[in-house]
Amino acid sequence: MTTYILRRLLLSIPVLFGILFATFALSRLIPGDPCRAMLGEKATDAVCNEFISRHGLDKPIPVQFGVYVNEIVHGDFGRSFRFSKPVTDLLMERLPITVELAFSALLVSILVGIPLGVISAVRHNSWLDVLTMLWANIGVSMPVFWLGLMLAYIFALTLKDTPFQLPPSGRLSPGVLTTPFYEVWGLPLSHGFFFTVADFIGRMNILNSVLSANWETLGDAIKHLILPAVALGTIPMALIARMARSAMLEVLGQDYIRTARAKGLTRNVVIMKHAFRNALLPLVTVIGLSLGGLLGGAVLTETVFNLSGVGRILYDAITARDYGIVQAFTVVIAVFFVVLNLLVDISYAYLDPRIRLD
Amino acid sequence: MTAEPAKIAKLDAEGLSLRSVSLWQITWRRLFKRKSAILGMVILGILILIAFTAPILAPYDPTLSMLDANPPQNLERRSAPCIHLFGCPADQPQHILGTDGNIRDEFSRLLYGARVSLWIGLSTVTFAIVIGTVLGALGGYFGGWIDNLIMRTMDVLLAFPSLLLAIAIVTVLGPGLTNALLAIGIVSIPAYARVVRASVLSVREMDYVSATRALGGNTFQILFRRILPNALTPLIVQGTLGIATAILDAAALSFLGLGAQPPMAEWGSMLGAERNQVFTAPHLVFYPGLAIMLTVLSFNLLGDGLRDALDPRLAHVS
Repeated sequence: MTTYILRRLLLSIPVLFGILFATFALSRLIPGDPCRAMLGEKATDAVCNEFISRHGLDKPIPVQFGVYVNEIVHGDFGRSFRFSKPVTDLLMERLPITVELAFSALLVSILVGIPLGVISAVRHNSWLDVLTMLWANIGVSMPVFWLGLMLAYIFALTLKDTPFQLPPSGRLSPGVLTTPFYEVWGLPLSHGFFFTVADFIGRMNILNSVLSANWETLGDAIKHLILPAVALGTIPMALIARMARSAMLEVLGQDYIRTARAKGLTRNVVIMKHAFRNALLPLVTVIGLSLGGLLGGAVLTETVFNLSGVGRILYDAITARDYGIVQAFTVVIAVFFVVLNLLVDISYAYLDPRIRLD
Repeated sequence: MTAEPAKIAKLDAEGLSLRSVSLWQITWRRLFKRKSAILGMVILGILILIAFTAPILAPYDPTLSMLDANPPQNLERRSAPCIHLFGCPADQPQHILGTDGNIRDEFSRLLYGARVSLWIGLSTVTFAIVIGTVLGALGGYFGGWIDNLIMRTMDVLLAFPSLLLAIAIVTVLGPGLTNALLAIGIVSIPAYARVVRASVLSVREMDYVSATRALGGNTFQILFRRILPNALTPLIVQGTLGIATAILDAAALSFLGLGAQPPMAEWGSMLGAERNQVFTAPHLVFYPGLAIMLTVLSFNLLGDGLRDALDPRLAHVS
């Protein structure tokens, strides 16, 4: 297992390097003057000369790439001219919101998708199966932003003044306050590594209100997160349901399932203990692969629901042509994605010992 | 002995005749046995029909504002759908799906949007298939450092969430439909390169390939006449499903303002332009999104049907 993890880690180094190279190449393809592209049209010549020499833009391309890699490895993504603060700070502020959204969406898709798939496999060719598969096909075909807008319309306007009313935008209702959990606990944190970690967690409203035992805020935060999570989670949910169904169908056709039934085990025990466990493996792959889609879809979902996460800031940066942010976020999300895929592969190897020997 | 046509037809129907049937005939027949694939083909057929006959079907010019219409029409921005049958004032012109924020006929724009979406799907996937096939074939056939270089580059492309990479590329190239298509084409290359490489690898060492080589066939002949036809079926399946993804991604880019630019009638940008009016004029958000969904759904259903129909493991069940 250790050798497998090590080898897998080593294999991802060229990919990470490639990501850096690709984003570097993209940033050099920006038409026109890189300084004014990064700092805005109004940058003066003096500022530009300083910018160019500081980032080594007057040096040969390989040297520039070296400087770029060095800056990124040290967590320096430059400054955003639009927000006039370091991009790294912006990232640390916004990333928790996107992570919270992506994981809620993933949770929704797993909790709904797996049971749907398993049930439709067990009741193969029943009306429930047909309906689930139809829904799964529609689910993967819906544009995330359209689904989001329609959900907002239905739950915020049509169902207004009913118990099902849900807020169409934002993360908390006006007036609902959230205090970082480390302040509630009385931890004297103001800077340093632990502060960064605590601050990151503290910005995830749900986790933070659980940690600080603030139940009113928790309820409000969950209410605000339902619609975005459902909108974002629908495509992975459909994929998971389809995969769960076909994996279950394959396993249920095996001889050992018949043997288990013949031994006198109940149907439910056979389905859950013998079949489902073996159908889990392909599901892990689908779940891992949907994470990339979730991160891409987060841009759209956050734009629709006005959540100030990475996706939303990316959208703002695109419209303002704030290339620094676009570049930094692309790198960070790609690296995040590579790490997630690595974890998926490792869990796959853990679940199926045959893979380690390849 | 004279075979009676009726008898042959009966044997055909039971799958007992020995007449040779080509792969395409089998595929076609199997495709028509799947309800979902038929549904996909029907929706797609209607869409293609709409795309071709849009100028005839559309009651108005899709980019013409009713303010500039002759005679000028007394309409408000984002008027609700108005159908005479359902009680629309008789003196008002009929706008089946209402008008948009620039007082253009939503129905006409929707019809013309079918052209753009189908064009987006076909052009990006063709681009990606051509480049992906060449790269995958070169890598699989020659192996060694060429293969390594190509496939590691594909790995890097796959390391990005596809929509995000497309966004980054369009941001750099500048917004516009052509650049959006290029970006989506680029991010879809790896899928095809992998498919082609896998089929090339699986047949490269087979005897019939060596035979062609022994007969004096050059690399080009071996690759394109002997090896690549094996990649055709997985490419068709991947391509059909790929069109669905491409249309969805292009709509997303246009929604963000990076793809089709106004006044072009493109579903994603129509939706994006009116998204803040979803509470006051939901019809302007609902219909373009529904159109996108149906288009993507048709390609998904067809792709799934093709995958099952072309599956050689099911070859005997025709």
